[in-house]
Amino acid sequence: MRSTIGPALVLLGLVVAWEILHLVVANSGLPSPFETLAQLGVLFQDADFWKETAQTAQAFAIAVVISTIAGITLGILLGMNRTAGAVSEPILVNLYALPKVTLYPVVLLLFGLGISARIAFGVMHGMIPLTLFTMNAILQLKPVYRRSAAVMGLSSFDTSIRVVLPAILPEVITGTRLGFSLCLLGVLIGEMFASRNGLGYLVTHAMERGDMPTVLAVAVLLAVFALLANAALLALDRSRRH
Amino acid sequence: MTREGIIRLAVVVVAVAALEAACRLGAISPTVLIAPSAMVDSLWDILVAGTHTEDIFVSFVDVLASTAIAVVLGFLVGVVIHAWPALRAAVEPLLASYYAVPTFMFYPVFIILFGVGSGAIVAIAVLLAIVSMISATLTGLDRIPPVLGKTARILRLGPVERALKISLPAALPHLFTGVKLSVAYAFIGVIASEFILSGAGVGYAIAYAYNNFENRTMYGLMLLIVVAVTVVNTLLDTIDRRLQARLRR
Amino acid sequence: MSLVRSSLAEPSLTVSEPITMVPEDDHHARLVDVTRVFTPRGRPSVHALGPVDLDLRRGEFFSVVGPSGCGKSTLLDVLAGLSAPTEGRAEFEGQPIKGVPPGVGVVFQEDASFPWLTVRDNVAFGLKRTEVDAAEVKRRVDYAIGFMGLKSFADAYPAQLSGGMRQRVCIARTLVMQPRLILLDEPFGALDQQTRLLMGDELLRLWRETGATVLLITHALDEAAMLSDRVGVMSARPGLFIDILDTGWPDERDSRIVSHPRFGELTARLWDRLREESLKHLNND
Repeated sequence: MRSTIGPALVLLGLVVAWEILHLVVANSGLPSPFETLAQLGVLFQDADFWKETAQTAQAFAIAVVISTIAGITLGILLGMNRTAGAVSEPILVNLYALPKVTLYPVVLLLFGLGISARIAFGVMHGMIPLTLFTMNAILQLKPVYRRSAAVMGLSSFDTSIRVVLPAILPEVITGTRLGFSLCLLGVLIGEMFASRNGLGYLVTHAMERGDMPTVLAVAVLLAVFALLANAALLALDRSRRH
Repeated sequence: MTREGIIRLAVVVVAVAALEAACRLGAISPTVLIAPSAMVDSLWDILVAGTHTEDIFVSFVDVLASTAIAVVLGFLVGVVIHAWPALRAAVEPLLASYYAVPTFMFYPVFIILFGVGSGAIVAIAVLLAIVSMISATLTGLDRIPPVLGKTARILRLGPVERALKISLPAALPHLFTGVKLSVAYAFIGVIASEFILSGAGVGYAIAYAYNNFENRTMYGLMLLIVVAVTVVNTLLDTIDRRLQARLRR
Repeated sequence: MSLVRSSLAEPSLTVSEPITMVPEDDHHARLVDVTRVFTPRGRPSVHALGPVDLDLRRGEFFSVVGPSGCGKSTLLDVLAGLSAPTEGRAEFEGQPIKGVPPGVGVVFQEDASFPWLTVRDNVAFGLKRTEVDAAEVKRRVDYAIGFMGLKSFADAYPAQLSGGMRQRVCIARTLVMQPRLILLDEPFGALDQQTRLLMGDELLRLWRETGATVLLITHALDEAAMLSDRVGVMSARPGLFIDILDTGWPDERDSRIVSHPRFGELTARLWDRLREESLKHLNND
């Protein structure tokens, strides 16, 4: 209980700072926390909002599934071979640090303007951390685990399922957590640019109309969703730590 | 060069060559992707003709400014949080989840506060970069071995001397990791903001070229970003590894 | 009377009856009725040490052995001025210990070399802050580096050295300050047995050379038996001295005395005193 009071106070402080900022720059149109909350209430009554949310949710869900499966698979494949791991690690790290948004036009040209481009962009963001974490977990697996398994007479299949997988699970969960957040970011950025669908589009469109309460309402809603999802995965992460 | 380095180079060369062949043989349409050699050619023209020098300059200055602000401010905030355990207990759970928040959604807010231009872009880039610097500062200060603190007392160092001669150099490798991440995040923040909504910078130029079907220019500029980021990251990573190697006891 | 087995004997290595090198009343450092109680916030307080009495004679080599967690390190921290006694008096050269007194050097178990400095700069670090002039700093640093066998590593960084070499750097760094009292907190605890024996020889050489008083905390009974003039045996927590042994070794000794029958007797006696205390610790955890 004590551990939640502190963070709650900090969040409250942020809301107060927001209110003060609103009062200071009121003429330039920064809505107050209350206006934002009210607008969120309005949006919840709006069928269009739910349509866009469904669009984002669909793209995001597919992107998460693809990047999780593909990321873990690729990570395992690269991690099984020491050379492959050493060769690909700097490339993956560099891809991770690259402003991927510059490559979005390529994705658009390849996949067209539909939902598949946004899914692909989400996967581009979400897959890399998962691959990196899974790969490094396997590469850094203590050799004594495999040797113990061999001494106990486990087959290579049993070794993979009963020893390697449980040993790397915490890292994989950490990777999934990061991949999850980045996937959402990828999908949203995709929607903000050259799209007519999703919450990202809703935000850019609202901004063009100068509808700041909607911009902030959606941004805060997404932030809260991301934080809650992250907290859940973090709790899973901690419970699985060895 | 190590064996892995050679293989890595070979993998990259083969991939680029395959792409080149696919484009030249017409397997990939030039309206989708142009050949790597054409990208280099385009980048060369851009640099020689100076058509985008101003954009490059704007992006470069914004990245530099964002990094500098994030590093200095992040370090100071990190030191304060480290020195104040109650604040740390309150802030740390939020730091752990910080990168889950899609910060870009708040970009419009900064446009309201700072207008369309460098102000809003630097603000969002700092927002992205600063937390990795704060975390790195906390890690660095945490990881100073207690025995070094004892040694400082045995040598009867004053608080200032202790901070400058023991704590700072001991934490430096971790601080540098923070700087490295800050640079990467500043790049992402600046280029992505320019791309989505701005009137200048390389990110904006790429979006503009895309919207006007100028594929050649677009790919030339993309190549510029990829090369610039790769060179900077590789450089910082090399220094980072050297510093980390010192800590390996 | 030679107690050394002839086949392994060095001509100079003979053992006399226990001798007292300094007058009994020359207290170089002393603890009188010292206790140390830790009161961590939100948890019950821990009575770590004492009440303990200890008289370190000027120029002697004194070792402290005891079960894990008996307060050996706390004892050292009190002498070093890193930790104030809860009750009792701690004195160094007749003055009460308040903060780290000048003239005291400490070598810790953990590697305390500065990874960002070369071996030479590590050794010179403390000395450069004093009023000693540059030429003298260089002379002393060169001497300490040579003495500890670090000459060919003077420009290397600690990360390039083995654990034993890094501990030599820390000893050299203490040595250049010319301390009159050297406190060592399990300095060889992380090293392998052979390296430890050799480091023990270095330590004896250093002790003879400097004439400093040495207090060594160790968990290795053989180390204590081989190196010391006197060995203090501590009880399980809260630590008290349950025995103080005179080893009776001559000053000119080295690790070869392990083949001396008396070494076996000393080690056996130490273990005899300690076995019960160690069992208490084992069963408490």
